[in-house]
Amino acid sequence: MSGHPVAGTASPAVRRRGLIARLARARATKPGEIYGVPGAGDTRLLSIATICVLVFVWWLVTAMGWVKPLFVPSPQAIVGSFVSILQNGYTGEPLWVHVGISTARVFGAFLLACLVGIPLGLAMGISPIARGIFDPPIEFYRPIPPLAYLPLMIIWFGIGETSKVLLIFLSVFAPVALGARSGVRSAAIEQIHAAYSFGATRWQVLVRVILPAAMPEILTAMRIGIGFGWTTLVAAEMVAATSGIGYMVLSASQFLQTSVVIMGIIVIAAIAYMFDLLMRLLERRLVPWKGRM
Amino acid sequence: MSLQIIDASVVYPGLRGRPPTEALHSVNLTVETGEFVVVLGASGCGKSTLLNLVAGFISPSSGSVLLDGQPVQGPGADRSVVFQKHALLPWLTVRDNVAFGLSLQGRPRTERYSISHRFIELLGLSGFEDAPVYTLSGGMQQRVGIARALTCDPKLLLLDEPLGALDALTRERAQELILRVWDRSGKSVLLITHSVEEALFMGTRLIVMSPRPGRITHTFDLSFSRMFLAGQTARAVKASADFIALREQVLQIIFADEEDAA
Repeated sequence: MSGHPVAGTASPAVRRRGLIARLARARATKPGEIYGVPGAGDTRLLSIATICVLVFVWWLVTAMGWVKPLFVPSPQAIVGSFVSILQNGYTGEPLWVHVGISTARVFGAFLLACLVGIPLGLAMGISPIARGIFDPPIEFYRPIPPLAYLPLMIIWFGIGETSKVLLIFLSVFAPVALGARSGVRSAAIEQIHAAYSFGATRWQVLVRVILPAAMPEILTAMRIGIGFGWTTLVAAEMVAATSGIGYMVLSASQFLQTSVVIMGIIVIAAIAYMFDLLMRLLERRLVPWKGRM
Repeated sequence: MSLQIIDASVVYPGLRGRPPTEALHSVNLTVETGEFVVVLGASGCGKSTLLNLVAGFISPSSGSVLLDGQPVQGPGADRSVVFQKHALLPWLTVRDNVAFGLSLQGRPRTERYSISHRFIELLGLSGFEDAPVYTLSGGMQQRVGIARALTCDPKLLLLDEPLGALDALTRERAQELILRVWDRSGKSVLLITHSVEEALFMGTRLIVMSPRPGRITHTFDLSFSRMFLAGQTARAVKASADFIALREQVLQIIFADEEDAA
């Protein structure tokens, strides 16, 4: 209290005015909202504004010539290189071929990882034998960056598609398998006991109770997994690739075509984002009950 | 139908050097067709262990559990269980939840749905057949759970504190509903509860258990549910002098157990 200019003359609430005071104390909410929910409120407008400001600053910096185009090309240059590659292709291949090849690599590896990883993860969740066998190898390789074992992949499987798809597969496999494994625990013991008390066999409990209950976590794991897949794509296309969006970015960087590099990054981001939207839609359709029971 | 529990004991192994605990100590209990047996007791008296024993989730350390003379080997559709909560399958509609047991038995869809239709009506769930279960209130969810257990046509219906999570008013309505369903179906019921009033109102026989070790200490024959089914209102039954006197007597037994524990 002592030392404060108006100490003793006003209550603390009156003393603290202005923006800081308003941020420090929550106000009563309008009816229909819940008081004190962390992070409540719509963010869309603010997000759009942020994007606009970032693009504007980017444009300003390049238009004023504060940074050389070699380092940061202008937004127009990115659009230009997109249109030009769309029309003329890159290194003799049209843009859609690059996009198509990369998408096929990522999704091929992703599907493969789901086909192997989900059953294996479920097996690890329900069987101590499967868990005992597969836990050490998965936990061993999971934290290793794919770039570290890329050379091994090439030594073992050559420079063809196998090593590329396998590298992406490995990066997707671990999160998907571990997600399915922990999803097994989502079924409440009451749900399992009820099924048994209606005469279910162990297989029926697995298929009719444990698997559906694990679906939310499996779908989340798939979303995380495909993210890892896109992350690993560029690494996979670093060696001996002649097409693909990752190859395009890397080869453009060697020729200092920065606008192509940025354009490629944006294309990857756009595809990954669209797939994430698709997965969220799928989640709403398949598990509308998520978190509600 | 006849359930016989003969001299059954359940001993849980002691963890980390602790001595083993005797959850049930030589329990003897017989349930005949059409009986409504209620098990009541202070927490830790082994009433859930008793239900798990009958359901077949655990086997007795000694003694035996016989259903129609055959030893109980594991869970089965002749003893379907209704749980307090979390037991419905949220990815299925009300109809498919109710028909779940039948679908496990591989019955064709039309038969499944015609049987479940009967129990959906009996439990007052008509009009909600296609609703996802997570959109229902707690009371309605419990009714789905009961309908689902009944469609399996069990010899013995096991109710594990089925109304424990409901609010007081919904709970009283549900008690009346269960009594009417029991009366019409003629099933044998084993109900676990920690509400003395519920136990007295619903059972034809009351088993009071005491903890350390879990055992049956008192047995009362009850007629209050018959009074209700004969036309008296539930509140009138629960406010009658006999009911209140017995309620206080049973409460004293249970409070004495709780004080021993403290």
